[in-house]
Amino acid sequence: MSLNFDLIMPFIFILVKIAIVIGVTMLHVMYCTYFERKVIGHMQVRLGPMRVGPHGLLQPLADGLKLFFKEDIIPTESDKAVFKLAPIIFTFAAMSSLAVIPFYNGFVVANINIGLLYILAMSSLGAYGVVMAGWSSNSKFSFLGGLRSSAQVISYEVAMGMSLIGVMLLAGSLNLSEIVKAQQQHWYGMYLIPQCVGYFVFLTAAFAETNRTPFDLPEAESELVAGYFVEYSGFRFALYFVSEYIGMIVMSSMAVVCFWGGWTLPPFITNAIPALLLIPGLIIFLAKVYFHIFLFYWVRATVPRYRYDQLMALGWKVLLPLALINIVVTSIVKFLVA
Amino acid sequence: MLPKIFFGYFSIAMIFVSILIITRRNPIHSILWMLVLFFHIAGLYLFLNAEFLAAVQMILYAGAILVLFLFVIMMLNLRKEVEVERFLGEWPIAVFVGGATLVLVIMALTTLTQGPVGQYTVEAIQAETHVKALGKALYTEYLYPFEIASLILLIAVVGAMVLAKKRT
Repeated sequence: MSLNFDLIMPFIFILVKIAIVIGVTMLHVMYCTYFERKVIGHMQVRLGPMRVGPHGLLQPLADGLKLFFKEDIIPTESDKAVFKLAPIIFTFAAMSSLAVIPFYNGFVVANINIGLLYILAMSSLGAYGVVMAGWSSNSKFSFLGGLRSSAQVISYEVAMGMSLIGVMLLAGSLNLSEIVKAQQQHWYGMYLIPQCVGYFVFLTAAFAETNRTPFDLPEAESELVAGYFVEYSGFRFALYFVSEYIGMIVMSSMAVVCFWGGWTLPPFITNAIPALLLIPGLIIFLAKVYFHIFLFYWVRATVPRYRYDQLMALGWKVLLPLALINIVVTSIVKFLVA
Repeated sequence: MLPKIFFGYFSIAMIFVSILIITRRNPIHSILWMLVLFFHIAGLYLFLNAEFLAAVQMILYAGAILVLFLFVIMMLNLRKEVEVERFLGEWPIAVFVGGATLVLVIMALTTLTQGPVGQYTVEAIQAETHVKALGKALYTEYLYPFEIASLILLIAVVGAMVLAKKRT
């Protein structure tokens, strides 16, 4: 019996961890939508949702209920199997990225050595959900959305991967927990300072990868109605909606882990104010993630959408060369210092 | 026992999926089955403790090359494409080439001898992490073939640029 117990316990432990991470993330997604509408509302001198609950606090619940009970429509001329599979792949890619993110010291579902590459692989898998949805719906709007998205994701993935190589070089590891620990070894405590170019490239590519403004051409509502998921309704639409927000949370967490020192504060700050060491790591991590999510909304309310050729030119002619120069300079500096 | 079961599942599933890829009439479905195949290949790499290769398999093959295939096929007129027979033309030649390759593989397999054990045992790789071990081997022992491969890739990049610039 004891042998069985030893075998089963880690398994249950992992399941509990997964349940916690998924549950907390879904709660975050709910209030991310609320937060977005409030932030953009106030930036545009409106109030945002106010009707459901005090200050509209129950609005996400109402939205969820509505989506859950909506009629599920599948277009007659669509490729049914692919149409049904597409949102599942998209959600799978978004949720499984959460597995390798270290929320604080030791709390990570899967502490694997290639965490950074795993996130990149999962984000490229998400493109399939988009392309398949665009193609299988058999509608010109969703098809154009799918085409735009696949081209955009391929282009910006290159820049994103290259921008993270600087972090890999400095940390000497692909394990996300190791990257956070490596940042603590320096007085600045976050790679944002030596890797500011890499951070800029990463953040821009993250906006494009998550199809957010100013790179939201795949779902440009003024020309494509809603882009690749035009034909989806009810819960299938909700899957896309939720996964996009999870994607934003994952990208924000990546920025925090790779450039902002994860759950730690820089030593030069904690040396000046030792009381800050008492704050739990999870709160520091979440505060940094919330800042990045706010940044997504801030940019959405501020800048207009790019034109498609400008988008491609920015990705290939500005971001990629910047990331490459960053790699060369980082390697030379690391070689000279070491 | 468990590794054998896993390997059996992966190899049988990969053969089955490969047959599905070449028999689908709709090219998009073929590509989606190919995605499943790439997942299985990545799984096999993970089994061999080659986590870096598994991740690169997903990023490069599934994430870039296959999406490019998908992109090109979506540009074609699918209504016409779907009606075309998948197996046409010179099938006797294809059977001959396939058979010859099979004979070659069988000959190679029967004369296979196990090479000497190198410095990278499973424990050594786990201690050093796979990425570091691979990088060291590539940049010291196999530097020359590595540089040749990068030169070939560079030629391909320049060639693509030349082809794209020609029209203007």
